[in-house]
Parts: sequence; C-alpha cells; structure tokens
Amino acid sequence: MLDQQDGAAGQFYAQINNGAPFDVFLAADDTTPAKLDQEKATVPGSRFTYAIGTLALWSPTPGYVDAEGKVLERGDFKHLAIANPKTAPYGLAATEVLDKLGLTQATLGKRVEGQNITQAYQFVSTGNAELGFVALSQIYKDGALQKGSAWVVPAELHTPIRQDAVILKKGQDNPAARAFMDYLKGPKAAQVIKSYGYDI
Amino acid sequence: MPLDASDLGAIWLTVKLASLTTLILLVIGTPIAWWLARTPSWLRGPIGALVALPLVLPPTVIGFYLLIALGPHGWIGQATQALGLGTVVFSFTGLVIGSVVYSLPFVVQPLQNAFSAIGQRPLEVAATLRAGPWDRFVHVVLPLARPGFVTAGILGFAHTVGEFGVVLMIGGNIPNATRVVSVQIFDHVESMAYPQAHWLAGVMLVFSFLVLLVLYAGRRHHGSWS
Repeated sequence: MLDQQDGAAGQFYAQINNGAPFDVFLAADDTTPAKLDQEKATVPGSRFTYAIGTLALWSPTPGYVDAEGKVLERGDFKHLAIANPKTAPYGLAATEVLDKLGLTQATLGKRVEGQNITQAYQFVSTGNAELGFVALSQIYKDGALQKGSAWVVPAELHTPIRQDAVILKKGQDNPAARAFMDYLKGPKAAQVIKSYGYDI
Repeated sequence: MPLDASDLGAIWLTVKLASLTTLILLVIGTPIAWWLARTPSWLRGPIGALVALPLVLPPTVIGFYLLIALGPHGWIGQATQALGLGTVVFSFTGLVIGSVVYSLPFVVQPLQNAFSAIGQRPLEVAATLRAGPWDRFVHVVLPLARPGFVTAGILGFAHTVGEFGVVLMIGGNIPNATRVVSVQIFDHVESMAYPQAHWLAGVMLVFSFLVLLVLYAGRRHHGSWS
C-alpha cells in the first residue's frame, strides 16, 4: 500500500529534515535529493534519475505558438509566464533558454512568475498570460498535445531537468520502498513516464 | 544590514498595499457596516454572510476565483477591457482589488458592531435638536464609533500585511509591483535561503506583535480609544 503526498521539493526538504514520515522521495529536481544525500538523510546509493523533464512554450490558443518559438522574438504579448527560477527547475531552464536566445532583457518586463510549474501553467491556461514556459508533461498525453499550440524546447538550450528519486532513512527497512524503486527503474514505468513527454 | 534591496522593496510594497487597502476599506466599509447595523431588510442576512465569506474561504479559493474573474475571459476582466483598462492581474491594482475583498470583513465587522452599540437613542436626541442625517452621522455617530474605526483600521491593515494566498495566486511575483513580504519569505524558504527567511520573518513577527499589542493595550487602558 502506497500513500502519495504531492508538494514542492523545497517544502518536502523542510518536512523531511524535520522528521516527516516518508519512505521514498520523488523530487521534481536533482538538487534537493542530492542535498538530502549529503546530509545523510537517505539510503546511500539509492538515488537515481527517474525522468528528465521537457520544457515547452505553450499557449492555449491554437496557432499562437509556432513550432520554432519565433513568437518570443516577435514579442507581441503582454505576459510571459514562467515558474520561479529560484525554486523551480523548469523556471531556471526557462531563463536559460531566454538567455541563449538573447531575449532576457526584451522579456523581463513581461515576465510573470508562478511559485511552481503548476502555477505557471495556471496563469497561461486561464488566459491571464498569453503564453508561458510549462512542463511538456502538463500539456501532453499519450504522445500528443492536448490543447493549444506549443514549441517543444530543444534539450540543448538548457541544463537537463533531472528528476531524482531516493529512498529516505525512514524507508530503509521497508521492502515496499525498494520494490517501488525497482518498478520505477523498469520498462513498464519507463513507458508511462515517456507517454507524458518525459525523457528517461 | 541583513535585509537586501529586494527585501526592503517587498516591505515598502507591503506597507503601500496595506495602507491603500485600509483606506479604501474604511471608505466603502463604513456605508456597508452602517446599512448592516441599521437595516430592517431581509437582505441583511445574505449581505452579512457575503461580507463574512472571506473569513471562512481559504485565500487560495479567493485567489483562484479572482484569477478567473479578473482574467481576460472573466466578467470583471471583460468589463475592464471594455473600459480600455486591460486586465489587472499581475499588477499592483490587481493586488489592491484582491486585498479589499480579502480584508473586507475585518473592517466591516468592527464598524458594524460599533454602529450597533450606539443604538437609536443618541440619534433620536440629535434629531430632536434638529440635526440633519449627515450632521447626525458626522457629529454623533463618528465620534461614538471611534474605537470601532481604530480597531477596523488596525485589523484591516494587519490582515492585509499577512495576506499570502491571494497574492500568490494573482501576483505573478513581480519585484516592486506584486512581490510582497509574505511572498518574499516563501521564496526564501523555498530556495532554502533560511538565514534571509529568518530575518524577514523576524521583522514580520515583531511587527505583528507590536500591532496587536497596540490594539489590546489601547483597548484595555482607554476602553474607548477616545
């Protein structure tokens, strides 16, 4: 029996450090599990990358975002949503992309930040921001875009968004924790993970 | 100085937001509270409940509705666009609107209680002395309701300072426009910058304590704030 708690990596870091009863930690980044590793809060050697996130520039309006992301250069929008680059890996990746394209200055006054990638998605999907950098997994299912238009950002434009899983100290004697980690590494899980637009 | 420029910017923005919100709330809250305190209408119940809603609803619910209502497809957003104002989400104006909704009961309820406590008698006496309605309000009600106004002002201000969820939902974390202290603290905690979070949180804690101290000490010593 597996109980699942959802939240932001930073919050879980604080909770785990303060004795939260978690056995396995699936982070949406690689720095938080690494930090827990260093602090000996994990089972040594259990950490691995279960998914690599894909960044996408998305608008719920069909045809608004072209397949090369040229819409960013045109700049005829009022708000560009991104996740907070200080706390969210997808946000950091988005700023790296803007840097690489030389559009940081041009977009600075239009940037609105969600605290996490979910909120960045919310800003765009409610139409408050015309477009935004979201996780491909939010708009993609079974190999197809669910709604609107998107530019799937090439991986070489930003540091890989590695998402690491780790077994926590509390879970070291829990066979279910190990079994779940083995499942995550297996082909069945890989298929599911890929169908949401992740790399592995 | 352990607080950097962005922390100070957030503090200034928070003070500006709370002051403006309190001012607006005292202006629109007074007639609402007056009406609620006096009216025999059956609408008193429903309107009173509506005013009290933000006490019960989680700020994220208010923020979510505001995000949709103020957005380009929402009814308020449609109206502001028709007026040529564009949409107000992700702006200081948007935060002021959100804060007014969020802190409304904290201003209206103390005022309503103060108005109710005055009762009919002083007004009737003033009327027999030929004081008109406006005269009665300014020279009889306002002085008598002064403690209510002080409490309403302090609570409205303090509650807006402590606002987090609504700002998070409609702010967009823009420096000097929507990044208030509570969001800045959240940012520090989330990015594991605990020392900075401690400093700013400490400032917030001391400030909140002082506000409440003034409120309770004032009540106890003067009873009436007059």
